[in-house]
Amino acid sequence: MKISKIVTLGGVAGLLSLSSQTFAVEEVNIYSYRQPHLIDPMLQVFTNETGIKVNTVYAKKGMVERIKSEGEHSPADLALTVDISRLAALKNAGLLQAVHSNTLKSNIPTNLRDTDNEWFALTQRSRVIMASKRTVPEGAITTYEQLSDPDLGYKICMRKGSNAYNISLIASMVAAHGRDEAKKWLAGVNKNLGRKPQGNDRAQVGGVIAGECDLAIANTYYFGKMFTGNGGKNPEQIEWAKGVNVIFPNQEGRGAHINISGIGLLKHSPNKPNAIRLMEWLASDMAQYMYANENFEFPVKNGVPSSPLVTKYLSGGKFKGDSVPLATIAEYSKIASELVAEVGFGR
Amino acid sequence: MGSVVSISKLRTWLPWAFTSWIIALAVLFPIAMVVLQALFPADNIWGHLVETTLPRYLESSLILMVGVGVPSAILGVATAWIVTRCEFIGRRYFQWALLLPFAFPSYLLAYLYTDILQYSGPMQGYLRELFEWKYKSDYWFPEIRSIGGAMVMFTLTLYPYVYLLARSSFLEQSDSASNLSRLLGCSAWGSFFRVSLPAARPAVAVGTSLVLMETLNDFGTVDFFAVETMTTGIFDIWLNRNNMGGAAQIATLLMGMVLLLIGLEQISRRNQRQYQEEGSRKKIERVKLHGWLKVGAMSVVIFPVLFGFLIPFTVLSGYAWSALENYWDPQLYLYAMNTMLVATVAAFLTMVVGLLVSYSKRLQSKGGVKLAHKFAGIGYAMPGAVLAVGVVILFGGVDRFINEMLDKWFDYSPGLIFSGTLFALIFTYVVRFLAVATGGIDASLSKIKPSMDYAARSLGESSFSTMRKIHIPMIRGGLLTAALIVFVDVMKELPATLLLRPFNFETLATHVYYFASDEMLRETSIAALMIVLAGLGPVILLSRSIASSRE
Repeated sequence: MKISKIVTLGGVAGLLSLSSQTFAVEEVNIYSYRQPHLIDPMLQVFTNETGIKVNTVYAKKGMVERIKSEGEHSPADLALTVDISRLAALKNAGLLQAVHSNTLKSNIPTNLRDTDNEWFALTQRSRVIMASKRTVPEGAITTYEQLSDPDLGYKICMRKGSNAYNISLIASMVAAHGRDEAKKWLAGVNKNLGRKPQGNDRAQVGGVIAGECDLAIANTYYFGKMFTGNGGKNPEQIEWAKGVNVIFPNQEGRGAHINISGIGLLKHSPNKPNAIRLMEWLASDMAQYMYANENFEFPVKNGVPSSPLVTKYLSGGKFKGDSVPLATIAEYSKIASELVAEVGFGR
Repeated sequence: MGSVVSISKLRTWLPWAFTSWIIALAVLFPIAMVVLQALFPADNIWGHLVETTLPRYLESSLILMVGVGVPSAILGVATAWIVTRCEFIGRRYFQWALLLPFAFPSYLLAYLYTDILQYSGPMQGYLRELFEWKYKSDYWFPEIRSIGGAMVMFTLTLYPYVYLLARSSFLEQSDSASNLSRLLGCSAWGSFFRVSLPAARPAVAVGTSLVLMETLNDFGTVDFFAVETMTTGIFDIWLNRNNMGGAAQIATLLMGMVLLLIGLEQISRRNQRQYQEEGSRKKIERVKLHGWLKVGAMSVVIFPVLFGFLIPFTVLSGYAWSALENYWDPQLYLYAMNTMLVATVAAFLTMVVGLLVSYSKRLQSKGGVKLAHKFAGIGYAMPGAVLAVGVVILFGGVDRFINEMLDKWFDYSPGLIFSGTLFALIFTYVVRFLAVATGGIDASLSKIKPSMDYAARSLGESSFSTMRKIHIPMIRGGLLTAALIVFVDVMKELPATLLLRPFNFETLATHVYYFASDEMLRETSIAALMIVLAGLGPVILLSRSIASSRE
């Protein structure tokens, strides 16, 4: 009978779900905020080198709740994130544990790891202004503050206000100027938007090239992605990269806003030694080199050179970065979110 | 009535009442977790929400509901009426072609139309070249990423709910009533508005409320179009602002809105009962259309098929074709198998559970059972992600409890049993889509005369065997319809799947989401096409099974 067949199928599904619980010996489990196609090639190299299998669940949503709820039986070892706020949120929720590793300590500078050694930055990126070569003369825009000028005369393309990268940037404005001034700034930027916030960072540069805007706000590594046509996948974006100047803002003042991607060891990690091994590997020369050359991020480890492209077009990552502590940015991200709501950013 | 009768009655419906309450509780538990969060938030920002974003969320959600509900109902009824009651060239094709847009998830249609219609897309590029416009300020072009764009996307992908249900209602209606009305002097239109439409009203009401609920629950489309609805609000406050309490408060409000909707739908068809007559099994007589009427009718049925399916399907196929060279990934087989597996299991379970709930209500359509029936359906009122959080909290608690108990008594702790497994995922699908199944099954059951039940029961059959021998065969079409709608819904479901799937478990939808939300639609076009193609199979099967009954 048809029904019995389907019931059998249901039974098979049940078994499958159970089998996912029985892990092999050498492995490590990651809950990742990071897009899998960015990290999978690196994890593959790690597996090839060590024989440790890496399992990932990629999700931007609800990770903290899932980890909390799974509690001490959680199969997850590591949380991999793309900005500081989420690492701080995990730490504040008491979901991370300290890692005392000499490799991590010597490879990652003090300002790029948690004071309690609960999280570690793996790469840095700056959130910069990419200006149209056609409409914006060099030197016309030099600061974030200018973006809110009512007489700016340039239109801005920017992704949604609630995006984590933008929240961190706004938080850095709160850190620099206080809540009220930052709110005025955000409202001013809102008035200068060339279109409704949409798309990812690269789409903002696309908007500039299409003539919808003059200025785009984007993370530095996207420039490299565009310049290389995203590994041959988006050849049209090569022209996008060539059509803009990358401006590192506030070089005369506090410096350009810096954010990190990072990793933390979860409190109830069942494969702790493997997890730490992966953390150390991600901070090693090999992984740092891959981050730099395949993702065009700024490596955290001293002595690992930037990619030739970054050296040529992004001043080798040797620009003045905002020295405000990452923890402060994370702390002000709540205010930044409130400001986005209060201003009605993008409306 | 004597006491003997009432005891036997009690014995009959008590197991059913018990079953439906167990099911209702299973649905209510994860939702209760969310409501508890709303009532006792760790950091209460309700006041801030009311002052800032909440009015905006409410406004856009309400505008969307009107802007999707009204056109979907009109389009659904009009197309259903035309293909069931009019004769024109290609009618037989259109009756299933009109279901085709069902195969597209709204978010996928949104990705595709954005790709075609945005400023840097081919459409505007062509126009700029043609008219020698240089910049955006030189001309006006509708902004696809807007609330209006969202309305069009939702209407195009969701009207089949109304079409499907209205069509089966028109097919099941006896000809005699409308023929009689014509004999009594009604015009064709008059007969439509005074006889056929009122008779189809329950079906249209169910269809439209399904459309509205899907609209309210959508995340992918409104997120991509940057429309601030209640659902994007939930995501924003919960995930970007790490305030679960605030998100749960909005979720609770959203749930209230959907419950109100369900209530209105049920009030609207209170006191309506129709029973299907053997006589209605006759072949339907169709009106032959000529001249402008024919052109008009054909345009109405061509429009949604063209824009809801043919154009996006052609574009997507083109992308997939060129992607075959560059982006073919053997893993796609695995993703497709995973998708089929969870969708089949979830659809079957939802159908069975839905039948139990609906049948209980048929036996005892008042008081506690009726209430249980209502509760069982409210999973549909929850956005997938919020429901998923409820499930995460619930199963996390259950797992901890089991571990503590086993540890205490047997000094053994088995680890996570439900959390992070396919069980949790499928449980969520069943809870989420149960209302879809019960809605359809209720409608089918309501057409079977209660005298059938009495006859079977008086011949000594138990309530269960009556269901098995009489009702299930009679409503087989309805059951199949319910299961298939759930199947397609599960296949397209995104937020809960993202949240609950086990390690290394990708479905086609999650794979598409990774790439498309990062503006890499072409890279993922093969998987997207697979979703659409898989969705087509059931859609066609569905249409044929209904049509065969009266063709």
